[in-house]
Parts: sequence; C-alpha cells; structure tokens
Amino acid sequence: MRDLLITNARLLDPATGLDTMGGLLVREGRIAALGRDLSAPEGADILDAGGAILAPGLIDLRASLGEPGHEHRETIETAAEAAAAGGITTLCALPDSAPALDDPALVGFILRRGESTGSLTILPYGAATRGCLGAELTEFGLLREAGAIAFTDGARAIGSARTMRLALSYARAFGTFIVQHPEEPSLARDASATEGEMATRMGLPSSPAAAEAMMVARDIALARLTKGHVHFAHVSTAAALDLIRAAKAEGLRVTCDTAPPYFDLNETAIGDFRTYAKLSPPLRREEDRRAVVAALADGTVDAIASDHQPRDADDKRVPFAQAEAGGAGLATLLGVTLARHHAGDLPLLRALELLTAAPARLLGLEAGRLATGAPADLVLIDPERAWKVEAGRLPGKAQNSPFDGRALEGRVLGTWKAGARVHG
Amino acid sequence: MPLYPHRHLLALQGLEPPYIAELLDLAESYALLNRGGKAQRDLLRGRTLINLFFEDSTRTRTSFELAGKRLGADVINMSVSTSSVNKGETLLDTAATLNAMQTDLLVIRHSQSGAPALLSQKVDAGVINAGDGTHEHPTQALLDALTIRRRKGTLENLTVAICGDVLHSRVARSNIHLLLAMNCRVRIVGPPTLIPAEAEALGVEVFHDMRAGLKDADVVMMLRLQKERMQGGLVPSAREFFRFYGLDAAKLRHAKPDAIVMHPGPMNRGVEIDSAIADDPARSVIGEQVEMGVAVRMAVLDVLAQNRRRNS
Repeated sequence: MRDLLITNARLLDPATGLDTMGGLLVREGRIAALGRDLSAPEGADILDAGGAILAPGLIDLRASLGEPGHEHRETIETAAEAAAAGGITTLCALPDSAPALDDPALVGFILRRGESTGSLTILPYGAATRGCLGAELTEFGLLREAGAIAFTDGARAIGSARTMRLALSYARAFGTFIVQHPEEPSLARDASATEGEMATRMGLPSSPAAAEAMMVARDIALARLTKGHVHFAHVSTAAALDLIRAAKAEGLRVTCDTAPPYFDLNETAIGDFRTYAKLSPPLRREEDRRAVVAALADGTVDAIASDHQPRDADDKRVPFAQAEAGGAGLATLLGVTLARHHAGDLPLLRALELLTAAPARLLGLEAGRLATGAPADLVLIDPERAWKVEAGRLPGKAQNSPFDGRALEGRVLGTWKAGARVHG
Repeated sequence: MPLYPHRHLLALQGLEPPYIAELLDLAESYALLNRGGKAQRDLLRGRTLINLFFEDSTRTRTSFELAGKRLGADVINMSVSTSSVNKGETLLDTAATLNAMQTDLLVIRHSQSGAPALLSQKVDAGVINAGDGTHEHPTQALLDALTIRRRKGTLENLTVAICGDVLHSRVARSNIHLLLAMNCRVRIVGPPTLIPAEAEALGVEVFHDMRAGLKDADVVMMLRLQKERMQGGLVPSAREFFRFYGLDAAKLRHAKPDAIVMHPGPMNRGVEIDSAIADDPARSVIGEQVEMGVAVRMAVLDVLAQNRRRNS
C-alpha cells in the first residue's frame, strides 16, 4: 500500500484535545506522523482535505446486527456499508442474535466476519447468560479469550438480582464489565411507549419512566456490593442519570452511554403511530431529553452509542404495539450528535470524544485517537454540510430510521479503515 | 353548514366542534327518518361498504350493516380471525385485497390501537374506525352524545361521569374528547389501577370514590369491565368491584334526580351495573343508545360518501 498524506485538514483528536490545521501521514495502515508541516514522502498519494475535519474513526459502543439469524433485516456486509458511510470504523455488536453469542466459537465467527468486510472492526459482546435468557452465566473467561469485549444480554434486561450480582462479581476475575439494559422487566413487559399523557391519548400499553431508574438503583447497589463494573446502556431519563452521577461521585465503577434518539427526540415522535419511532427503551418526555443533553456535557454519560437495531418493513408496518422496537442508527450517529454541537449544547471536541476516545477508553482499545502509531482509522467530516435523513435512501439495508425527515448538518466526506479508503 | 373535511373517521381527538355538531345534526335527522320508516334507500346505491372485523362484535357490526343497507349500499361483512392474522397475513395484505375490490367505505374494528390509521394510509376507501384497541371508538361517542342531547336538550355544561375501566376503554377516550369539545364537564371514576396515567391532562376530573364522582352528575356512563382485568390483578374480584364501583340505586342517588344511565354494551350485570338500574326505563337509555347507533353510522357513511364524490 502506498503512503497517503492528507493535507490541509483540521486535525481533531479528542483524546489529547488537539485541534489544529495540518496534515496526517498514513503508512501501512497506521498513522506515521501528524502535524503542521508534513512533507510528502516520495510516491505518496496526497489528498487535500480542503479544511475539513479529520478525526479518529468512530467507535460505536453498541449496535445490533441482523447476522446471525435475521439476515433479511441486515447482513454484516450491509451493516458495514452503513457504518462506513457513517464514519464508524469499530463497532461493538450485541450478542442477542439467533443464536445468541454465548459460545466462544460464535464470538470468533463474528470477529472473522468483521475482518472479512475490510472496512469495519466488529467487536462482539458475549452473552452474559446462556441464550441471553437471564438465568445461567456464560463462560466469561473463555469468551474473553475468544475476543468478547464485555458481557450483556443485549436488549433483554438481566432481571434477576441474583444473576446480576453473580455476573458483576464473576466479571471482575477477567477485568471486564456487564452492560445492562436498564428497564425493570415486570414493569416494561409489553409496553410500547412511556407512560403518560401521550400514551394515554394513543391508548398504547406503556411503562413508567421510573422502570429505568429502578433498575439503575438496584444495579448500583449491586456494583457497590460486588465491586464490579456495571455499564448502563442507552440511559434515557433524568432520574437514572441522577443516580449514575451520584454513584460516580461515590467512586463506584459505574459507567453509561446513551443513544441519539434520547437526546434528539422526545415521545411526541410516536404521534400518528409512527412505528419507526418505537424504540426500546421508548422515547421519553422533553424534560428527560434535556437531562440527557446535560449529562452528555457534564460527563455523566461516558459515550454515545448508535443503538442501531435493524428492522425490515414487516417488522414495522404493523399496528404500533405489535411493531418491533428499534431504529437504524449507523448512518445518522455522527450527524445527530453534531446537531447537539450546532445547538450549542456540546463543544465540538466533546461531541467527538463521546464517539471516539471515550468508548475507546472504556473498552481499552488503541483505536479512537490521532496519534503516531495508532491505527489509521479515520473520518473526514464537513461539519456544516446539510443533508436530510430519508428512510428508503439510507446506506445499508436497514431503513428504519427514527430520524426520517430530519435535516442535519455534518456529513462524512470520507472514511478510512487501517489506511484504506472505505467510503467517499 | 360546515362540511366534514376528512376522508376518514379515525378519531375524535382534535375534531373541531362544528364538525361534531354537523354529524350529530345529520344523525338526528336520520333518527327521525328511521322512526318514520322512511330511510333513503338510494344515497349509497352502487357503493361498496365492507365491515372488516378483526375482533368479534355482533352489536357494532350489525349496526353498521343496517346503516349501510338503509342507505342502499352493498354491504359485505368480513370477519378476520385473529389467528389467521397471526399466521402472517398482515393488515397491509388485507389492504391490498380491499383495494383490488374497489371498496368505497371500510369499517374496521381491531384489537390494536392505531390499526385503522395504518390501514387508512394504504387503502383508497374512506376508513371508519369502529374501535381500535384502547385508542378510540368514535361512532360510539357520537351515538352517546346524540342520545344525551336528545334526552337533555343540549350538551353544553352537562356533568358527565364516566365510570369503571377507563384505562382499557376506547369508548371512554372518544367520549372524553367529544364531550370536552362540546363544553361538558367530564369526570372519570374508577379505582386508580383502572385510570390511565395523567388522565387529568386530557381535561377531566378524576375520582376514586364513586359517590363523590356521581355527585350532581347529569349523565352516568358505565363502561364494561373485561374479565381478563381480574386475572391481570388490576381488580381483585368482581364482587369487590361491584361493591365499590358497580352502579346500583344507592350510588345513583348521588347523581341528579333526572340523571340518565348509559352503557355501551354488552353489559356485565352484577359487575359494573345492577340489573335493576340497567332495566329501569326511567333512568336507563341503553336501548336508545342502540337506536342512535344506527342513525349516527348512517350520518357518518353519508358524509364520507359525499366527500368521496366531491374528491373523485
């Protein structure tokens, strides 16, 4: 592979706070040099970035893939296409597929399927319990050795306090953590909206927003008890964020992420029974959305994940309560996050940190930064370029975007994986 | 006179009062014609009306069928058992079939909130919601309003108490929207487990004590309590429910002396209503509700058919 010199770029590295105009040299899949006055080695390709932002490729902390088991919704290949278009170069895949990733061989299979895309590193989560059924713990040690990044039952909450306690304790032996879908299952069962005026008017089965805080409170207590590390996925309510903020202040090993729908949309998006806006957890009220935005800025939220859940037309073109929850999120992860920057809620470096350095830190990855020797996983961004999200015209196969119709500013111009251009 | 502006009748939430009044006035005229035995047999001649019922309902289906036939429509009843839907025939497959049949008006009853709205996006026919999940049942609320207006002379400033399982009631939701739009005071009465979250935000007053809820009410509207609610633990037993929330003479005494008693049917006698009240011709208007049901559905069919003529 020939050397590549990207010149005239605004280099942004959230890991170090770097924000400067300059160039970046890629050699053999890694960053060989970066800075102001780089000269091109002989025979290098040169790309003038035209002043656009060059940042580390995004690390998506949590996404579901259709493969294995739901290839009609999405394959790893089509997901990789959407990821590349969205500037994502590393993606952590949830294990609640069919079959669930509860066996080392399956974890290895997903890793290899990721490598075969050539554009996306896929880091599978291991199932925390066999079949993601919430009862028996899986082989954390063997799964870790096979490449499992951490453990979770995906969109299924680990409902039993005893199982969660054991998982948090046992995970300590392997230096890993447990990702919880924080919804008290006995309250959230069959619900398709957040309890309140909206769900009352629409006549939809609903669960109270408190179902989230309740589970968060329980698991914080278990983290305290076990000294384990719990990570809460897609936190969406003010009450849960307050608990997490306090747990962090106490010094417990508690982290969390959220996803774009929870800081960009509120429950009114489900009006007219729009099934594309049916998510798990359900969209919340406006006060909760604002609390999520505040928690992104103040550090309570550690990272932003796409929470990508591919669904096909048959999953969504049914009455609301029968529709599958979940939204496609790979192509819109960056744009919707940048919308918070454009709205004045987040500094640009913080917005990018939540998508790069922060998840890298959490997972202990060497990707996610612009540094000599780091993998040349890169994204070139025009932060001002406007575009409109249109379900049906998104990259990849899954088109079920809750942001359908949303106008965004900030577009990926190019994506590089280990120095190879994979988009743009 | 205003002209109902929509292609479909999916919900009463958001429907402007003049259009509600228009539908009620038209229905009133059909009620008179029906009593005189002089239905207009040709208004819908050559039009196809399909009753598409995903949930059993002899009463509502028959009412729509009669309404369609009195106006001269070709009426076809399609009962779609839930099981065949679960086997994979989607609502949208059904929509494609209906389009191929060139249906003019489609009456749909479905167990899922929003199903008629979904269907209305995919079919050419005018869609009438005949009850969807726990969302709305617009023609029931219209017939209730017409019954009240005939008995009380007006809807303005009446106090209406809607009692029982409001949480699961599409009838209650449609009635709340309509009655508030027509300047009634609306109360909902029931145990907290059967009152929907933030119901006050809809503009109603909430009561958990039935006597207080019925105090000086002009209209007492009872709702059906499904047996499943007992199994689901929302109500411990039928006898406890009847004791505290069933309508009997003692509780009814708290309402105005001339208060009328309504029920959308079918009734669970001895659960939400005492037979002595249900059958008391001085108080119960349940029979008249059924009669007004046909008139209201004729009015709705008429108006939607007119809209189709205007737009074609």
